[in-house]
Amino acid sequence: MDLIYEPWPWYVAGPLIALVMFVLLLVGKQFGMSSNLRTACAAVGAGKASEFFKFDWKAERWNLMVVLGAILGGFIASTYLSENTVNINSEIAQQLSDDYNIKSAGQAYLPTEIFAAENLANPLNIAILLIGGILVGFGARYAGGCTSGHAISGLSNLQLPSLIAVIGFFIGGLVMIHLLYPIIF
Amino acid sequence: MRYITYLVIGTFFGIIMFKSEAASWFRIYEMFQFGSFHMYGIIGSALVLGVIGIQVIKRKNIKPLNGSEMSLQPKNKSVARYLIGGIIFGLGWALAGVCPGPIYVLIGAGFPSILIVLIGALFGTFLYGMIKDRLPH
Repeated sequence: MDLIYEPWPWYVAGPLIALVMFVLLLVGKQFGMSSNLRTACAAVGAGKASEFFKFDWKAERWNLMVVLGAILGGFIASTYLSENTVNINSEIAQQLSDDYNIKSAGQAYLPTEIFAAENLANPLNIAILLIGGILVGFGARYAGGCTSGHAISGLSNLQLPSLIAVIGFFIGGLVMIHLLYPIIF
Repeated sequence: MRYITYLVIGTFFGIIMFKSEAASWFRIYEMFQFGSFHMYGIIGSALVLGVIGIQVIKRKNIKPLNGSEMSLQPKNKSVARYLIGGIIFGLGWALAGVCPGPIYVLIGAGFPSILIVLIGALFGTFLYGMIKDRLPH
C-alpha cells in the first residue's frame, strides 16, 4: 500500500504516460489535453463569433470524456491515494520561502499562499491565476498543442514543429520564473 | 460504450498526473529552477518509450482497433507559430504552475481556485480564435 500512497517516481509515471498515448492511438485518437478547450468553446456557441470554432465539435466529444475522466482521476488520487503534500528540493523550498514568502512546500500539494480559497481575496492571486490561464489557453492553441500534444505526442513522432514548440515552452517558462517572478511576487 | 473507454483512459491519466506530482505547482517551479530530475525524468522516459513505440507502429504498419489510420499526421511546417505560441504557453505554464491536463486533475482534487485558471484558459482559447487571422503562422 505504501507504494501506492507514496509519490510515484518518474520511472513509473513516464512509462505510464507513454502507455496512455499508445492506448489513445490504438483507439484511433491523439493524446493532447488542450484541444478540448476549443471543443468546449465550440460547444457553447463560439462558432457564431469565429470560423475557428465552426467545426463538428460533436465528433470531438470523446476528448470531453477524457477531461471528465481526468477530473475523476484527480478526485480518486487526492481522496484515496495520496498524502497531498509535495516535497521538493530543500534548497528550492528554502529559496521560495526566503524570496517569495511561499512556505507551504512539503505541507501542501499546491502553494496555499496562491491557491487557498481564503487567499483569493488578494487580487494579485486572482490576476496570476487568470492571466496564467489566458496565456496557457492562447499559447496552446497558437502553438497547436500543449505539453501532452507537443512534448509527448509530437516529439515521440519526431516532429520538428513540436521541438520548436517545446523550446518555446521552456523559453517562456524560464523567462517567467527567472526574470518575471522577482517582479511579480 | 466507447465513451466509457475514454472516461477510463482519462481517469488513469488523472491519477498518474496527480500521483507523479506533475500536477503540482511546486514541481513545475522546481523544474524551471533545474532543482530536480523528476519532471525531466517523467517527460524523458515517456518520450524514449514513445519514440520507440511509434517507430514500431510505423514499421509494422499497426492499425487502430477499429481499422482506421493512426493519428500520426505530420504537423504543418512553420517556425513563428510554434515558437511564439510556445513562449506564450510557457509563460502561462510557469505563472499558474499548471498546463491543461493538470487543470482538470486539480479541479477533481478539490482546488476551487483552479477554476479561475480554467476560465482564463477558455477565454485565451476563445481570444486566439478571434484574432488568429491577424497573427503570423
